Amino acid sequence: MAEIQDLAEAIRDLVHDGDCVAMEGFTHLIPVAAGHEIIRQGRRDLTLVRLTPDIVFDQLIGTGCAKKLVFGWGGNPGVGSLHRFRDAIENGWPVPLEIEEHSHAGLTNRYVAGASGLPFAILRGYFGTGLMDRTETVKTVECPFTGEKLAAVAALNPDVTIIHAQQADRAGNVLMWGITGVNKEAALAATRVLVTVEEIVDGFEPRPGGVVLPTWVIDAVAEAPAGAYPSYTSGYSDRDNAAYIAWDAISRDRDTFERWIEEHVMQSAPVVSS
Amino acid sequence: MTGVSTGAARTERSADYDPDDMMIVAAARALRGRLVCFVGIGLPSTAANLARATHTPDLVLIYESGTIGAKPTRLPLSIGDGELAETADSVVTVPEIFNYWVQAGRIEVGFLSAAQMDRHANLNSTVIGDYDHPSVRLPGSGGAPEIAASCREVIVLIRQSHRTFVEHLDFTTSVGFGDRPGDRARFGYRGAGPTLVITDLGLLRPDPETGELTLTDLHPGVHVDQVRAATPWDLAMAKDLNTTEPPSAEELIQLRALRATENR
Repeated sequence: MAEIQDLAEAIRDLVHDGDCVAMEGFTHLIPVAAGHEIIRQGRRDLTLVRLTPDIVFDQLIGTGCAKKLVFGWGGNPGVGSLHRFRDAIENGWPVPLEIEEHSHAGLTNRYVAGASGLPFAILRGYFGTGLMDRTETVKTVECPFTGEKLAAVAALNPDVTIIHAQQADRAGNVLMWGITGVNKEAALAATRVLVTVEEIVDGFEPRPGGVVLPTWVIDAVAEAPAGAYPSYTSGYSDRDNAAYIAWDAISRDRDTFERWIEEHVMQSAPVVSS
Repeated sequence: MTGVSTGAARTERSADYDPDDMMIVAAARALRGRLVCFVGIGLPSTAANLARATHTPDLVLIYESGTIGAKPTRLPLSIGDGELAETADSVVTVPEIFNYWVQAGRIEVGFLSAAQMDRHANLNSTVIGDYDHPSVRLPGSGGAPEIAASCREVIVLIRQSHRTFVEHLDFTTSVGFGDRPGDRARFGYRGAGPTLVITDLGLLRPDPETGELTLTDLHPGVHVDQVRAATPWDLAMAKDLNTTEPPSAEELIQLRALRATENR
């Protein structure tokens, strides 16, 4: 059963140095507040996993929390490069960053296999690309029925998955809606699960396309209003496109970046649930 | 989701439109009468929405975030902007988008862009330079490899220069026609691959036998020597080169109206 905790306490309990940590959210429901708490608590040597690492991953990488990144597309959507991600890969700053990259379909299916309790998943792809030579988690498999050669991707089972959602009830059941991306699969693939939510409510109303994660597959729920900002939470907030555009200049220069982190993350009070 | 940085405009600049406008209009025209299009942010999104605003109002736009049948009234900054989900016929998960919709061959046209393309329309959006010590680390593959593999057709939008058109890719992110005829079949890819490449200078189409890109159309005011000069290999040419119709007044009005909504 999920324990309802303060975010700082939940990160302290569930995220440890050296862990493999998936933080999902496909342009929506990105667990930014949780990422900031990981930075404040100074976690190190994390293997971070995400289909689309964007600003909060740039911040985790730029503050030296990660030793490895498993990803599909690392950019500032609609804006351009992630400069801290690039600086880590191109120049090893602030620490060298090992990478394992996949297509979105490939990494998605790694979560699907992990959530399914299977050793691998199959898909039609990867052949002829340079991606196959660069990762040990993609191999060729032959269909036992047709003989077709397909790509096999190894199951991914993170130590902990962190996602953001709209609501939890007092028993720790979680409700999310809108673009849910790969949140459910990432959660069900993980050993431990932390969900940050906009608010804790007495009961859920039915929502079109709503996804409920039952409390008994979650370890901790932490209230984090606006916890996806500058990403958004459908029904609560809009994406702050200006903040994504502004991040380009902030992140380009190491000193400007470090000042921004000091002011907006380190000096910012951790979220305490009401 | 892969963007291409701005290339210098080499075509004679008309008072009415620039080379990017021509690319977008050509891409929108290529969607005339089509049913379902997989869209990335940037030129493809602008083109697909221009097609909706002009000749193909019922075009189904699918964004990678899982929004099927999105009908945005403004150009989104990201593939997950709230308006895409709010206006969509259906919002599905990422595993669904790739497994049930892209891989199963339900998408008629997919748009791709890249930092580099070779003569067989293979694409690089991963690194410039050596993989382990890149001079430029690009965002990476995202949805591109499976779009290239499994959409029934692919349209590539790329500005043409010695920087983008290369003899050898620094990394193969997405397969066009591979290295030799029959590669797509050998890889088990069911889509036809890139059937059209739209540049700021003209249009290229693959040779049906070899998959090598052949210049078939020049944009207005572009001389064939400019295209040769912007290509590092001996570019194949169609016997009779067509000239692209310049953007019409209506196309430009609709394009400007769309642009006015950008990044709001």
